[in-house]
Amino acid sequence: MLRVVLSRTFPRISGISNCQYSAAAIPVPSAQPEVHYNKLFINNEWQDAVSKRSFPTINPATGEVICQVAEADKADVDKAVKAAREAFRFGSPWRRMDASDRGLLLSRLADAIERDTAYLAELETLDNGKPYAVSYSVDVPMVVKCLRYCAGWADKWEGKTIPIDGDFFCYTRHEPIGVCGQIIPWNFPLLMQAWKLGPALATGNTVVMKVAEQTPLTALYVASLIKEVGFPPGVVNILPGMGPSAGSAIASHMDVDKVAFTGSTEVGHLIQQASGSSNLKKVTLELGGKSPNIIMSDANMAEAVEQSHFALFFNQGQCCCAGSRTYVQDTIYDEFMERSVERAKSRVVGDPFNMKTEQGPQVRNTEQFKKILGYISSGKREGAKLMCGGGVAADRGYFIQPTIFGDVQDGMTIAREEIFGPVMQILKFKTLEEVVERANDTKYGLAAAVFTKDIDKAHYISSGIRAGTVWINCYNVFGAQAPFGGYKYSGNGRELGEYGLDNYTEVKTVTIKVPQKNS
Amino acid sequence: CSFRDIALMSLAFSLVRFLLTPSVLLLCLSVIWGDQIFIDNEWHESCSGRKMPVHNPATGDLLCEVEEADTEDVDKAVQSARAAFQLGSPWRCMDASDRGLLLNRLADLVERDRLRLATLEALDSGKIFLMAYFVDLMATVKTLRYYGGWADKIQGKTIPVDGEYFTYTRHEPIGVCGQIIPWNFPVMMFAWKIAPALCCGNTVIIKPAEQTPLTALHMACLIKEAGFPPGVVNVLPGYGPTAGSAIAHHMDIDKIAFTGSTAVGKLIQKAAGDSNLKRVTLELGGKNPNIVFADCDLEYAVEQAHSGLFFNQGQCCLAGSRVFVEDSIYEEFVCRSAEKARNKVLGNPLVPGVDQGPQIDQKQFDKILELIESGKKEGATLECGGGPWNRNSLFIQPTVFSNVTDDMRIAREEIFGPVQQIMRFRSVNEVIQRANATHYGLAAGVFTNDIDKALTVSSALQAGMVWVNCYNAMSTQCPFGGFKMSGNGRELGEYALQEYTEVKAVTIKISQKNS
Repeated sequence: MLRVVLSRTFPRISGISNCQYSAAAIPVPSAQPEVHYNKLFINNEWQDAVSKRSFPTINPATGEVICQVAEADKADVDKAVKAAREAFRFGSPWRRMDASDRGLLLSRLADAIERDTAYLAELETLDNGKPYAVSYSVDVPMVVKCLRYCAGWADKWEGKTIPIDGDFFCYTRHEPIGVCGQIIPWNFPLLMQAWKLGPALATGNTVVMKVAEQTPLTALYVASLIKEVGFPPGVVNILPGMGPSAGSAIASHMDVDKVAFTGSTEVGHLIQQASGSSNLKKVTLELGGKSPNIIMSDANMAEAVEQSHFALFFNQGQCCCAGSRTYVQDTIYDEFMERSVERAKSRVVGDPFNMKTEQGPQVRNTEQFKKILGYISSGKREGAKLMCGGGVAADRGYFIQPTIFGDVQDGMTIAREEIFGPVMQILKFKTLEEVVERANDTKYGLAAAVFTKDIDKAHYISSGIRAGTVWINCYNVFGAQAPFGGYKYSGNGRELGEYGLDNYTEVKTVTIKVPQKNS
Repeated sequence: CSFRDIALMSLAFSLVRFLLTPSVLLLCLSVIWGDQIFIDNEWHESCSGRKMPVHNPATGDLLCEVEEADTEDVDKAVQSARAAFQLGSPWRCMDASDRGLLLNRLADLVERDRLRLATLEALDSGKIFLMAYFVDLMATVKTLRYYGGWADKIQGKTIPVDGEYFTYTRHEPIGVCGQIIPWNFPVMMFAWKIAPALCCGNTVIIKPAEQTPLTALHMACLIKEAGFPPGVVNVLPGYGPTAGSAIAHHMDIDKIAFTGSTAVGKLIQKAAGDSNLKRVTLELGGKNPNIVFADCDLEYAVEQAHSGLFFNQGQCCLAGSRVFVEDSIYEEFVCRSAEKARNKVLGNPLVPGVDQGPQIDQKQFDKILELIESGKKEGATLECGGGPWNRNSLFIQPTVFSNVTDDMRIAREEIFGPVQQIMRFRSVNEVIQRANATHYGLAAGVFTNDIDKALTVSSALQAGMVWVNCYNAMSTQCPFGGFKMSGNGRELGEYALQEYTEVKAVTIKISQKNS
């Protein structure tokens, strides 16, 4: 699996020494990286919580406490919003800055993160449990690429001049929205931070970001880099805290102009409601999924098995775009199942700092852990066939065996609800029309994939599926250049790509009376 | 030209003082990094064995000799550029974001070598060192970074065509691009040309001017150091009628971009027609009107009109060389402009405090003096200057003519020297008509505090750039190019990308279309 990820991530050119990675080049990690920052980052300063409260962050591989982290609440959110508002004041250094210099700051941030790749990868693995080889060669490089990409947009986000009727001259300015609240999840802590910061800062906003209480450490280290590279105070504020307190304070704040949230559909509802009952702040949401992955009988079998495995099990199954409904055409169903089980059984589960490990622990979240085990029981109860796995994988930490269910029916809970764990559902289908209908029979619409060599089938399915991302003969292919977001209950708006900039921009139309218009 | 950072300026002054110690100057000269032809990431002697001399125009001293490219060398370079452009080559297979990264790396290297490049530029072209350092090199770095950012943002479209089809466009590089650049902003023009070409994925054969090849060759070193694959950029110092002509006529060059005189621009266009219909973009001459209304901020307008003409020894295609001043402020404007010109300090461009260097070479020098003489003869009033400065050198006194009428040669021909023409006008319609009565259409300026006048004049002027209450305000984000005989196409900004891409529409039959 890793090989697949790596080949996708590694640049193919040899000319650029700094961006050459290879498995051999991954430095041996320290499994106990030092934690430098555990406070709130407001106005480029480290601050204790107003309440003086803190919470423990835990290594999910061992269950041990890593350190205490200051816990932001409403009072801290108010402070951060004030700092962000001041940084956004008309005439402030941030507002007066050349767009190209905003881009340069983002580029410098990317450089600093690239410089500290090994440390950040260690910290991410410690706090989140994902295999170090993945943190090092997937998460951090994608962060760097995302920031560089957004940096380039800063001075290319162009308004228009518009030929309106009458003796007028009309143009648009793309202005930043203002103070943006951003709430990010624990499954890709660094990457989600970059996805949020990149477009918001490229377009000139200021940010109050709440990071997940399970994984606050890398975000705080990045905060120190934000200060190091020279962002003005107040432009980025990072608050570790809980959803119901700090998160809710952001979503309901009367002086936050926009909120962007990535997380569960359930909380997405709350965020939208909070906007409605406060100041109608703009809302973008990146929520759950139950993404179909469709394998046609003419697909390359080995490739389809490997990619479908990767589609579900990547990141311990903790991906909103996980391919958690694998629809396999009946004629190849048995072979596909056999090979998928074989692949899942060979998946190496264990210490995330071990280079051979493919799967670490689930993120430290007892509720989440129990929920996954609950889904596995429901699968058995409702009559799905357990092909492998099905239980806890170690006596300490939060490890779950790679699990596959066969003979899954569309009505079963495991085929309808997001599991967010290493549990793969394989379903059988006969015809193209049937599978498109079944694939769309969900409230979600985040991602989908189809494996086929037939160009007509590929187009039929990719245009028939109601999902924000469709992969053909591949899965989990992300580029900072390509937009990402969901149909239906999977979210509002798009992140990344040029589309991502729209969600951080107010368009202002300026119309000037002129004595006489000419073409 | 305005500097926003005084602190940086004083830093540069101290750098210059340090620089002027003989040992450092010697060091700068001894580190001319490239004096050969750069093909396939290697240094080559010319096929003919010929070399050409490179002089310091401020002193007439020989700086060095450089290998002189001719037709055979162009052929070699085209072969290398074509190989680098082959389907499946490292350059063609590279992620667009990595092309961008290479351009960013190149910008970092230029920044690292900024002092060295600025010194080389001042020695080779005679431009003021501080200008080279702050304006030319800054613009070079910014241009490279800007296009570094575009590389992975050049997006095609998917198009809702009629029928059961799926259609999308790919923005593909054109291929091997010939680029011919002038001597007035050698390193900046180099960046303007290669950056958009490379960010779109083309390969390049660039000929710097024979007067000023040194910074281009230094850039070649940095291109190799940054990690561009062999053959992607090839730098060929040489003369127009030989190497330049070979590029323009070449049957295997897909596109040519030229910056220079309108006369040569015509030859380039013809050569493309005579050979393989290569795509042509041209950035040519100008005789740019700068219109000053009575309601403007007078002191500021005088200052801007002055720098709009005298910047870079008047050697700018953008030079505001027809200053139209409204009747009621005419005398005052002329008086203050002459005063400003008289106060200019001529001298060694490396010395702090000097603000005008020599013209580039004898040919240009003679042409400028000849035009000054024509102005005197045709009845313009010489307010100041009017001749050479410091015998046996290439310096020309800052010259201001008033009472210039539209039919005089100095009001019609591009002088490309420190000679300012000031004309009188009475009404908006009159000045628009007179400003447009030229076969050029590169740039124009308007000074007024009246929003109606500003918008009326700026939309009526036939010019690729119109500056309102400013002049020479250029930035890499903003397109640059000419109407009429000032050129074809646009450089810089997003617009430049169109000049370096072919659009391919791919249409696929599908079994059933849905919205």
